[in-house]
Amino acid sequence: MGQTISFQPVRLGAAPDGSAPVGPAATAPVAPSHIADVLGVVVSHVWLNDEYRHLVLEAPEPAPLARAGQFFNLECPHTAEDKPFLRRPMSLYRADPVHGIVEFLYKVTGVGTRGLASIKVGRTMRLLGPLGVGFSIPDGARSIVVLGRGVGLATLAPLAEMAAARGVGVTAILSARSAATVMSVERFAAIGATIQIVLDQDGTSDPANVERILREAAAVGRADAFYTCGSNRLMLLMQRLGRELSIPGEVALEQQMACGLGMCFCCVRNFSVDGVVEARRVCTDGPVFRLDEAMPW
Amino acid sequence: MVDRGSVDTRVRIGDLVLRNPVMPASGTFAEGLAPVVPFERLGALVTKTVTAELRGGNPTPRVCEVGQGMLNSIGIPSKGIDDFLEHTLPFYRGFATPLVASVSAPSGDAFAEAVARLDAPGVAAIEANISCPNIEEDGKAFAMDPRSTAQVVAKIRRATKLPVWVKLSPNTGDVASVARAAEDAGADALVVANTILAMSIDIETFRPRLGNVMGGLSGPAVKPIVVRMVYQCARVARIPVIGCGGISTAADAVEYMLAGASAVQVGTATFVRPTAMLTVIDGLIQFCARKGFARVADLTGAVHDADMTVDTVEVAS
Ligand SMILES: Cc1cc2nc3c(=O)[nH]c(=O)nc-3n(C[C@H](O)[C@H](O)[C@H](O)COP(=O)(O)OP(=O)(O)OC[C@H]3O[C@@H](n4cnc5c(N)ncnc54)[C@H](O)[C@@H]3O)c2cc1C
Ligand SMILES: Cc1cc2nc3c(=O)[nH]c(=O)nc-3n(C[C@H](O)[C@H](O)[C@H](O)COP(=O)(O)O)c2cc1C
Ligand code: FES
Repeated sequence: MGQTISFQPVRLGAAPDGSAPVGPAATAPVAPSHIADVLGVVVSHVWLNDEYRHLVLEAPEPAPLARAGQFFNLECPHTAEDKPFLRRPMSLYRADPVHGIVEFLYKVTGVGTRGLASIKVGRTMRLLGPLGVGFSIPDGARSIVVLGRGVGLATLAPLAEMAAARGVGVTAILSARSAATVMSVERFAAIGATIQIVLDQDGTSDPANVERILREAAAVGRADAFYTCGSNRLMLLMQRLGRELSIPGEVALEQQMACGLGMCFCCVRNFSVDGVVEARRVCTDGPVFRLDEAMPW
Repeated sequence: MVDRGSVDTRVRIGDLVLRNPVMPASGTFAEGLAPVVPFERLGALVTKTVTAELRGGNPTPRVCEVGQGMLNSIGIPSKGIDDFLEHTLPFYRGFATPLVASVSAPSGDAFAEAVARLDAPGVAAIEANISCPNIEEDGKAFAMDPRSTAQVVAKIRRATKLPVWVKLSPNTGDVASVARAAEDAGADALVVANTILAMSIDIETFRPRLGNVMGGLSGPAVKPIVVRMVYQCARVARIPVIGCGGISTAADAVEYMLAGASAVQVGTATFVRPTAMLTVIDGLIQFCARKGFARVADLTGAVHDADMTVDTVEVAS
């Protein structure tokens, strides 16, 4: 899991004026103009299955102005057993500026998310955000393909909705261990996405099969851009096909974080930029990056 | 009681007058905090340590949490001093708050050269991070002993007219002697202290939890140790001491000031609560009002210990 970090200079991410780094898939600037540490009130918090929970908060602006691909740094409550010290980053699952709502979908993995899982409806918690650079859809794209696995699907669901709102078609390939752990199918269905569920259970999640589905989408002109999140293997597959078929793409990446604001440099990853390996901060230069520049982890 | 509005929050660090004693700790603060904290409310701004050479920093994972604290092995990723002068400095010129540039180098001469280049409009003071390895002493950190501290600070002193704050390391047996050495060599203030060398192992995987194996401990866990060091340094130094280690509330800041600090730096707490520095400032004013202190600066060294003796061989005379 360790990565030796490039000794190339670390390049600054989004410019202070808020403009996003320009890439082939870049359209409107998606860096936030506004970040705040706000107090949210839990309005719903349910288990989706034995691992995943869905947290709905009522929160003041700017939180509900978050865009697809952005994230928040959440202050996780303490319990008798778990005392998370640092905040935990979570992607936006849904934002509703009209009703002042932000939602998260998370997997209970360790100290922080166990603490988070303990919070009851009606309680308050602090959330810092919206943070980072979100997804962008290329001008003129008519149809995109999103490919996600596990909790990565949570990150892609708001992207699919953003695409649909702009009249861009969506093909969603949802990968999971078993039928019981596929998430957000209804969110993708609601916007009329073409949905392909691939599972470890029946072998359909095999990269060769996913590659076949991706090539098919490209062949019928339904892949003007690629998006992925949640799996190294799937990222590499999409990156290879994107290069071969000249399809631009983006990937949402994770790295352990502390500040979430570009200050501590703990969240760096290596990227391959025109053949030169360069370290970037996931929290402010990303978490959404150009697919062709991402490196395996 | 003193009226809150009439508490004088100003403190003096050498020739610099700060509007209040609260500032960020190097490496835990950057441009990215501007949307969340009005920089005009802080006493000073302190930048991440910059080096002359380009550096990538350490392998990941670079942080892990340990109880009420964290370990970091960020290293000092640096884009060099030109980049600092061209990109970082202009950003901070927009704020009417003194900017302190933290700098490090692998030798005394390299330190002098780097410090000289940082003497640019907009830099109010230099913070010399001497907790880094000295290549002329087998990689032993300058701040580990009084002699190499004296040598490097003397070179830095000759290289600039700016106030020089020297940031000490807690990883030394005799911090008071190091403090004296820094003062005698021309330091204008001491920052006490950097992180405490530490280690943590994942008992499931048997692997060290940091990519660099060891790292620096910071956060509430270090506070009693560093309060003790500030107390020791303040007793022997005539120059101001700036306390740094585990401060997240006004109560923590008060404790440091009573121990002898003239100002404080807040680091890790900003990760946990990005607005922590503002809470500390407001709380300091409230505390002074409640205790009848007209000036925050009067807290410095106000610990009541005249009737007590310290029984330890480590306290330098
Ligand atoms: C930008 C971003 C968005 C994210 N969005 C989501 C999301 O929507 N839903 C979700 O379930 N998770 C998400 N994560 C991952 C989530 O932050 C981690 O699962 C969480 O921090 C683990 O905390 P913990 O205390 O429960 O586990 P810990 O006890 O801290 O660690 C458990 C395991 O998770 C690993 N881990 C810790 N922090 C991270 C991290 N930040 N990223 C990856 N692995 C980590 C540890 O190395 C360890 O192996 C996101 C991460 C990032 C960086
Ligand atoms: C992530 C991180 C990065 C740091 N980087 C630097 C640095 O570049 N230069 C420096 O002098 N100190 C650095 N420090 C040390 C802090 O400035 C401070 O001395 C220390 O963290 C103790 O204060 P705290 O407990 O309030 O964090 C860093 C600390 C952390 C946690
Ligand atoms: S989390 Fe601090 S720089 Fe990214």
